[in-house]
Amino acid sequence: MSVTADPVQDRTQALLKPREGGPQSGRRWFLPVILTVISLIWLFPLLLALVNSFRDYAYTAKNGYISWGGFTLDNYKNAWSQGDFGLHFWNSFIITVPAVLLTLFLSACVAFVVARFSWRINLALLGFFMAANLLPPQALLIPVYRMFRAIEVPFWFSESGTLLNSFQGLILVNVAFQTGFCAFVLSNYMKALPKELYESAVIDGASVTRQFFQITLPLCRPALAALAVLQTTWIYNEFFWATVLLQQGDKYPVTSSLNNLRGQFFTDNNLVAAGSMIIAIPTLVIFFVLQRHFVAGLTLGATKG
Amino acid sequence: MASKRRYRGIDQLSGRDKVVVGLMVVVPTLLVLWLVWIPAIGSVLLSFTNWDGIGPLSDIKSVGLQNYRDIATIYPPFWPAIQHNLIWLAVMFFIATPLGMLFAILVDRGVAGTRFYQTSIYLPVVLSLALIGFIWQLIYSRDQGLLNAITGGTTDWYGDPSVNLWAALVAATWRHSGYIMLLYLAGLKGVDPSLREAARIDGASESTTFFRVIFPVMRPINIIVLVVTFIESLRAFDLVWVINKGRNGLELISTLVTQNVVGEASRIGFGSALATIMLAISSVLVFIYLRIAMKED
Repeated sequence: MSVTADPVQDRTQALLKPREGGPQSGRRWFLPVILTVISLIWLFPLLLALVNSFRDYAYTAKNGYISWGGFTLDNYKNAWSQGDFGLHFWNSFIITVPAVLLTLFLSACVAFVVARFSWRINLALLGFFMAANLLPPQALLIPVYRMFRAIEVPFWFSESGTLLNSFQGLILVNVAFQTGFCAFVLSNYMKALPKELYESAVIDGASVTRQFFQITLPLCRPALAALAVLQTTWIYNEFFWATVLLQQGDKYPVTSSLNNLRGQFFTDNNLVAAGSMIIAIPTLVIFFVLQRHFVAGLTLGATKG
Repeated sequence: MASKRRYRGIDQLSGRDKVVVGLMVVVPTLLVLWLVWIPAIGSVLLSFTNWDGIGPLSDIKSVGLQNYRDIATIYPPFWPAIQHNLIWLAVMFFIATPLGMLFAILVDRGVAGTRFYQTSIYLPVVLSLALIGFIWQLIYSRDQGLLNAITGGTTDWYGDPSVNLWAALVAATWRHSGYIMLLYLAGLKGVDPSLREAARIDGASESTTFFRVIFPVMRPINIIVLVVTFIESLRAFDLVWVINKGRNGLELISTLVTQNVVGEASRIGFGSALATIMLAISSVLVFIYLRIAMKED
């Protein structure tokens, strides 16, 4: 579970002790140098965007990007108002939060049943959800689009009158696609919980609902936290469904709204850089604050904990 | 009442419990059935029809394989799109994935500052590919881009059909290799240290140890990485869509499907046939992935 580098570090440290006359002894500076170079190359595009998001367009247009100076905060001010980020962040928020919570809840339900009861269909059930997670969304676009357009909902539910162009529709699609991955990770996690925990609960006459909420879910907190972080990032970053299912620009979440900063014929790249940074901030904050959970979530699925 | 309850094994369910368990499975199943599986079947069925998307469903006529024939013969973007998807896959498979693996090996050596290296390399993974398209615009833009400023060229890296695919692929590699590094780092951590020790004692060199001992042991991860790479290459969409909606050198199957549905010409049957081709390829990959992922059960 734990993905901190420490145990490995200790281990590799021991192995890396230079053997006498071995190839390691003379080139110990080599690895750090290579890694530093790679890291800097990898950071470069982001740093370039960061630096230029603070620079005046007129200045860089005149002096080019290989220059220094012209610093200003105007790009952020302009990007914020021109891109209408207040509105789009709110849209992202009311799409992402319910979608993540619903995904986690539904996948925990599936995982609980699969892990807790031994039925023959369990594996097929899990496969049913996981495969759904892996299919290319574009291939399902036509029927989903048509269904959403045809399904009329009351106006109090969505002001568009149909599921198309509604937040609820988009949330449901996100949930349907993400449930598979989470159910898989959570079921592996739940299978590792000792059966005895349930045994005493059953003897005490605890209902399934109580077992689920009071035994399973609290014990799954680490896995749920990791998945919540990962799913928040993914759904916040989701681009395809939001772009095709929401048809009004003012309904777009932030990830789909960057195009607002692009002029028809002319693009102020520094403005776009500022907009990009604004959009990246939530994921970067998540990344730096909850990095451990993010990595754990990604690797949980691949390595079975 | 409670005193009458007898313990009948851990899986005993009262009537109410049965309803709860049923709901826990049925609700998510219906949702996924409705929004994933029925659409998947729908795409396949519609691909054999000539529906234009306007008339009522009763007007739909079966046209057999006509849509597929049209795609292969009189739809110019199709073969370029297939070619671009294959190039995409090749670059991810032969460059991005080995690069990620190499990064994982280097980072896993645990030299001082590992955390910094690791963080820098997988930072792009948290950004959406749509956003990455915009970030790289600073480098690729024709008039203001860094690349042209350094080389003195006038190439429109995102616009010129002879180079824009490669420009997009550099940006995609930037993200993909970080992701792969992460998966392999987890894999390397799972390798039994005594294996390395044994190989070292036997006098195996670093590279022999890796290719003969470590790499084979990581077989499950290798296959998952392989399938992830294939699936991601097939699903590639966001990056090219923000660049130019997948035209002019950046056609991919995913963008063709989308253009045929939300674009001006909505050719449902035709678009569905494209979608079905995508589904057919991905179902093979999904099948492999599921077999590996569930093997232990």
